[in-house]
Amino acid sequence: NIKEIGPGVEPLASKMAGADSDDSLYPIAVLIDELRNEDVQLRLNSIKKLSTIALALGVERTRTELLPFLTDTIYDEDEVLLALAEQLGNFTMLVGGPEYVHCLLPPLESLATVEETVVRDKAVESLRKISHEHSPVDLEVHFEPLVKRLASGDWFTSRTSACGLFSVCYPRVSSTVKAEIRQHFRTLCSDDTPMVRRAAASKLGEFAKVLELEYVKSDIISLFTALASDEQDSVRLLAVEAGVSIATLLPQEDLEALVMPTLRQAAEDKSWRVRYMVADKFSDLQKAVGPEITKNDLVPAFQNLLKDCEAEVRAAAANKVKEFCENLPEDSRETIIMTHILPCVKELVSDTNQHVKSALASVIMGLSTILGKDNTIEHLLPLFLAQLKDECPEVRLNIISNLDCVNEVIGIRQLSQSLLPAIVELAEDAKWRVRLAIIEYMPLLAGQLGVEFFDEKLNSLCMAWLVDHVYAIREAATCNLMKLVEKFGAEWAQNTIVPKVLGMANDPNYLHRMTTLFCINALSEVCGQEITTKHMLPVVFKMSNDQVANVRFNVAKSLQKIGPVLDSNCLQTEVKPVLEKLASDQDMDVKYFAQEAISVLSLA
Amino acid sequence: SALAMSSASTTPPSVDKVDGFSRKSVRKAKQKRSQSSSQFRSQGKPIELTPLPLLKDVSAQEQPELFLKKLQQCCAVFDFMDTLSDLKMKEYKRSTLNELVDYVTVSRGYLTEQAYPEVVKMVSYNIFRTLPPSDSNEFDPEEDEPTLEASWPHLQLVYEFFIRFLESQEFQPSIAKKYIDQKFVLQLLELFDSEDPRERDYLKTVLHRIYGKFLGLRAFIRKQINNIFLRFVYETEHFNGVAELLEILGSIINGFALPLKAEHKQFLVKVLIPLHTVRSLSLFHAQLAYCIVQFLEKDPALTEPVIRGLLKFWPKTCSQKEVMYLGELEEILDVIEPTQFVKIQEPLFKQISKCVSSPHFQVAERALYYWNNEYIMSLIEENSNVILPIMFTSLYRISKEHWNPAIVALVYNVLKAFMEMNSTLFDELTSTYKSDRQREKKKEKEREELWKRLEDLELKRSLQSDGIIPT
Repeated sequence: NIKEIGPGVEPLASKMAGADSDDSLYPIAVLIDELRNEDVQLRLNSIKKLSTIALALGVERTRTELLPFLTDTIYDEDEVLLALAEQLGNFTMLVGGPEYVHCLLPPLESLATVEETVVRDKAVESLRKISHEHSPVDLEVHFEPLVKRLASGDWFTSRTSACGLFSVCYPRVSSTVKAEIRQHFRTLCSDDTPMVRRAAASKLGEFAKVLELEYVKSDIISLFTALASDEQDSVRLLAVEAGVSIATLLPQEDLEALVMPTLRQAAEDKSWRVRYMVADKFSDLQKAVGPEITKNDLVPAFQNLLKDCEAEVRAAAANKVKEFCENLPEDSRETIIMTHILPCVKELVSDTNQHVKSALASVIMGLSTILGKDNTIEHLLPLFLAQLKDECPEVRLNIISNLDCVNEVIGIRQLSQSLLPAIVELAEDAKWRVRLAIIEYMPLLAGQLGVEFFDEKLNSLCMAWLVDHVYAIREAATCNLMKLVEKFGAEWAQNTIVPKVLGMANDPNYLHRMTTLFCINALSEVCGQEITTKHMLPVVFKMSNDQVANVRFNVAKSLQKIGPVLDSNCLQTEVKPVLEKLASDQDMDVKYFAQEAISVLSLA
Repeated sequence: SALAMSSASTTPPSVDKVDGFSRKSVRKAKQKRSQSSSQFRSQGKPIELTPLPLLKDVSAQEQPELFLKKLQQCCAVFDFMDTLSDLKMKEYKRSTLNELVDYVTVSRGYLTEQAYPEVVKMVSYNIFRTLPPSDSNEFDPEEDEPTLEASWPHLQLVYEFFIRFLESQEFQPSIAKKYIDQKFVLQLLELFDSEDPRERDYLKTVLHRIYGKFLGLRAFIRKQINNIFLRFVYETEHFNGVAELLEILGSIINGFALPLKAEHKQFLVKVLIPLHTVRSLSLFHAQLAYCIVQFLEKDPALTEPVIRGLLKFWPKTCSQKEVMYLGELEEILDVIEPTQFVKIQEPLFKQISKCVSSPHFQVAERALYYWNNEYIMSLIEENSNVILPIMFTSLYRISKEHWNPAIVALVYNVLKAFMEMNSTLFDELTSTYKSDRQREKKKEKEREELWKRLEDLELKRSLQSDGIIPT
């Protein structure tokens, strides 16, 4: 427990005397008092600067005094413990280098047994880190016994922590010790508490990777099979990921006998969580097992997942459609997609669950590159069009945001007729986040649809957003205009958007008048000096007489912003007088921004 | 801190209303109010059950046989999400279940040894299922309506039947324990995560009966509840049936023999106390506090570890939780023995002193209410020489600074009470208040000085050693 600072402690200053001459005179009591301060925040600050304290003490006293103190007094707020666990991972040099790194094990061992998961995980992370700094001898003499102690601890927390430490010491110890480690891991895989089995299952793949192949076959497979049929689905689902790792380690001819029965069973598990995990890891699985097993086993399994009774599982599988198809063996890719996958995809387009449809919409366009022009037009296009009309805005947005894939294969014209109503509807959606999302795709769409189509159909939408009642939309619309000008050029800007933007300067609503200024800020640079000076600047000047102070100080800000685009003559003869006038405005904010502009533009 | 207070005290932030957009509100509008169990591949051919005669229409001799047949028929599980399928058969099963409920309630001599496995099988087929995905990542049990179980018309009768069976006079645990085993209990416990409160209520009764009748399962049940709670606290923070499980535990704790086993104390310290850290504490706090107080009434020596545990996990940013902690602490103080109180008073009143000076007036108010509790007052009075110096600084400061006049008034009363209790000490503290503050400031300055020197040293060293020292 944290003790109070005892009355016997002298004032700090007196003890500090002479510290400059000899660092070893730093009394540990003073430093330790800092680590014991009654205020958690101060304690936390001190722990975060533990390396400074260690430095003041020097390596030897850090080893003999500081570390024993830390080991003995580990009972504190989890936040402090977390900081301590992290610090100790970087302490090797502070205790005197790799030769002494094992001194760090006792406090980290205690930290690896606390209840709070984040603390424990951090302690394990630090232990893993410093394990590499141990010599092979120290690893066997100090580190491995610690792992064993943790693995046979009474409370589940230490056993959970042990699971993460086997794989770091296994490769560097003798074969006798290796056998012990394998035995300990085996024991934890059948631990009584599900928490420990979950930890073991989540480290099974990692552990398998450092084992010799013969032990993967003899030990790991049986553990995997057992964990994959655990009574708790939370354990089974973790075994799925391990299964993928194990499959990558085994030679092709062993896969069918050793892992496939278990993985097949996982894909049909009665718990949706396990099936979800299979769907989520499907691409990795596909790569791990290779083309033959993919054709024979994974294709039907994937079809089932796409038709699963639980929407959660269907959505996870739908997310993988493109990747799965991409990774199919080339010789049979098209046939498999057309006869096995596409029918399922067609059903998902009209799924009852919007998350499923939305997941599909985020990847479906990618199929067009795989299937080529004719198949896309005949089979995929109707699906795209259906999703573009979906009732859920997220589905439509996902389609629109991936238009580039289709553009490359069939050109966007095929879609443009249906695209337009979809865009217009999203542009006017009642939810501003939906409107914001579609604005963000505008520059991309404009590039793909071309300037003519844009002017004819979309320009008016872009202008309408400038007067949206939500500021975020007006702001995004301003930025959008700039990107459009970057695409279509200054001349296009001068003919189409600049007149409309400047027209808003006379709007009765001051928010709209300010939008003119924001647009000018964004556009002046891309439009160039001529347009800025000839067309925009006069409007800005005129607005300096606006009756609303917010408009006037935004004039000052705009002048500061567009100043660099103007020539020096114009700055001196035209901008300066306007700013000077604003600098004597009755409103203090207007004055402030005018003065700021004057000094930034060096007009004083 | 003023900001933290305003967001915590008044209405919760209504982001939804301001921007009119949230995935949750969109989904909620379309969300179905009921959900099916996640029965994997249960859909398929329509189910055909051949109608059987009523039990009361056959001879007593034939009844056991017919009872078994009916149990077998009720193993058929229907899809309730499809409201149009199997209508006739659903109705048939419903009436059969009703008949079975009546039958086990009133009949005698029906419970043959062969019936046990069939009953357990029928119950298992119906109730054991993987619970569907809840809209869990966003489901807020305090705000949202629970999703109800679609198959409830059958499920309810199955639970009803099972409870009558367990409570029946003819029920023999010695036979039943072959079928109601650890695996059965484990599956039963997982169902407590059901979002449907009606189901959790039945489960509570079922588990309570099983705990009462199967002595061999008791330790196992407690251990599994431990595991559920530990997963809830340290892994998922999601489990719907915590309140129900705690309620059962409340009655279990009540029956613990004295002296308490180490296992039970560990449960208190390592499981029940950490349960206080969970975000959704308000959903089960009453049941939790009841369990804690039960323990302390059994064994007062546990008071110190319990209070130290609460102090360790004391909420830092959530004022609502702080108020709950203060409430629980008062319940504990109500039963505390004076000898225990002395052991814990210092850390305890350091925390109370912080609460009293909380800018959140509900926290300050809840803490100040302790002074209205006669028993607590008597404990404070006995130990005023220790408690008054701890409390004085905060009280004195708030009496001048707190924004809320009601708090200032309460503090004034508390100060007055202290003054009456121990006027000598009170006067002494008042006169040294200023110099104490100055001493504190000086100490603070010295700390800063120390750290500055240490940092200079670090800089010097790292320059010397070419930056091999991590900073």
